[in-house]
Amino acid sequence: MRADLELIHGWIPQGARVLDLACGDGTLLDALARDRGVTGYGLEIDPEGITACLEKGVNVIEQDLNQGLANFDDDACDVVIMTQALQALRRPDRMLDEMLRVASECIITFPNFAYWRHRVYLGFKGYMPVSKSLPYAWYDTPNIHLSTFNDFEHLCREKGLIISDRAVGNGDHEGHWSSRLWPNLFGETAIFRVSRGTGRQAK
Amino acid sequence: MPAMLPPDSVGLVKPLRAYFDEPLALACGKTLSTYEVVYETYGELNAARDNAVLVCHALSGNHHAAGYHDMDDQKPGWWDAHIGPGKTIDTRRFFVIALNNLGGCHGSTGPCSIDPETGRSWGPTFPVVTVSDWVHSQARLADRLGIERFAAVIGGSLGGMQVLQWTLTYPERIANAVVIAATPRLSAQNIAFNEVARQAIRSDPDFHDGWYAEHGALPKRGLKLARMVGHITYLSEHSMGAKFGRDLRSEELNFGYDVEFQVESYLRYQGDTFSTAFDANTYLLMTKALDYFDPAAAHAGDLAAALAPATCPFLVVSFSTDWRFAPARSRELVDALVRAGKRVSYVEIDSSHGHDAFLLPDARYQAVFGGFMKRAARELGLEGN
Repeated sequence: MRADLELIHGWIPQGARVLDLACGDGTLLDALARDRGVTGYGLEIDPEGITACLEKGVNVIEQDLNQGLANFDDDACDVVIMTQALQALRRPDRMLDEMLRVASECIITFPNFAYWRHRVYLGFKGYMPVSKSLPYAWYDTPNIHLSTFNDFEHLCREKGLIISDRAVGNGDHEGHWSSRLWPNLFGETAIFRVSRGTGRQAK
Repeated sequence: MPAMLPPDSVGLVKPLRAYFDEPLALACGKTLSTYEVVYETYGELNAARDNAVLVCHALSGNHHAAGYHDMDDQKPGWWDAHIGPGKTIDTRRFFVIALNNLGGCHGSTGPCSIDPETGRSWGPTFPVVTVSDWVHSQARLADRLGIERFAAVIGGSLGGMQVLQWTLTYPERIANAVVIAATPRLSAQNIAFNEVARQAIRSDPDFHDGWYAEHGALPKRGLKLARMVGHITYLSEHSMGAKFGRDLRSEELNFGYDVEFQVESYLRYQGDTFSTAFDANTYLLMTKALDYFDPAAAHAGDLAAALAPATCPFLVVSFSTDWRFAPARSRELVDALVRAGKRVSYVEIDSSHGHDAFLLPDARYQAVFGGFMKRAARELGLEGN
């Protein structure tokens, strides 16, 4: 399983109702259903991902996240997860509101634009960064709202949200997560566990 | 005519009949004291009798869903694209049952049958049957064949409504539900189109209030018009445009009312063919069953509440250019299933073929439908069959 999914897997409580936005081939939901008795739905638009979910028995709904989550009631779930998709949405800030309407807690991962390799690309070479976590050229990238570890933390503070966990990981140390040493510089992938601050609290 | 049967065909098939003398109480308050159901099966029922799949037909469908009756047949059954060895509904794993619904005109008890009480054909006095009535009669057929629980119940359009009703009436008897190009209830526009079709039939002088058979007549003009209107709603504007455009049959306009545009010719041909092949009273009944279907009605319009009894996983499929039962109607069902906390997957297939797309082969349609069926087979332990 991808390193960020591995970490998230450990954060989901037994029997939780989970909504996985941009669930891909359903790997995470499938593992959570087997290991933790989790129920829920994955949303996806990629045809191959959807077919893979169906073959696994993961509930998958073809839905464009840019249309919002209006079909899910307030507090319909315990946790909403979105891995590596926030940066591709038209309004990531509104999606964050939506996620925390549907559940009191959400887990988000995204590529950290301030990762040192990205900085080298832009700062010294003068080109838009291309890396393992940002594999696209500037003209064909789906990532229209790139942000940094610090940016996201700032947005959460502005919205008065509670950050119960945050960590970064990078390609050189798969599976090794840290939030101690300059995460904004050394983290390739950022991961945040955020809650509303009212209702059920994480941890 | 197939000179040789394709290797992925179920081959030559024979319709079977089941006679029931246990009365069937209908939603309208009437009772059918005895009735007969004609059906076909494909594949083998396993020893555990847990690999059966029920395929429900749409408005003008019947029990002949796959294979050929005769080597001289022009076409195979109506869902042959999806039923056969190695196909979406893989007959190497599943035992498929397709029947002609009550009220039909292809062999099951319906308006053309004899009413045992009068000795006269039922004609227009055949009771108005509902989707619920069909589901009860299908369950009786399952009992007869020793099938306790279906591995899946599957249907498109009006067939999808039967699937939905199965999940509510007999949740313990259905392991998986596939609802394709359907809707949890007809819109005013849908009902309006049905009413035009009914009026076309009923206003035909040859209809004789439904007693046309006794008058030695056939309301061909009415049935033809009904089919022409219906056919327009089955195709998308795009598929009609791509097929016919504004093409003329001759080079010049003739400033008259004979057939000029190719699309007119096509619709008239479809209508003519249908008008002698289908029974008018059956057509009226089927459109009524469509209009009446509304499981949410008994729950003050709350579909999620109506879906409470359902327990099985659902696959809901819609087609992008279907405007008869548009993707938004399938979404209504999916959203209600989510609200009710049910297991559901939803896919919208990009297709230019309108409502008819559910009958046709399509790579993505087959991949998702086939993927769901494979998982169903695996969960039921049917892989080794």
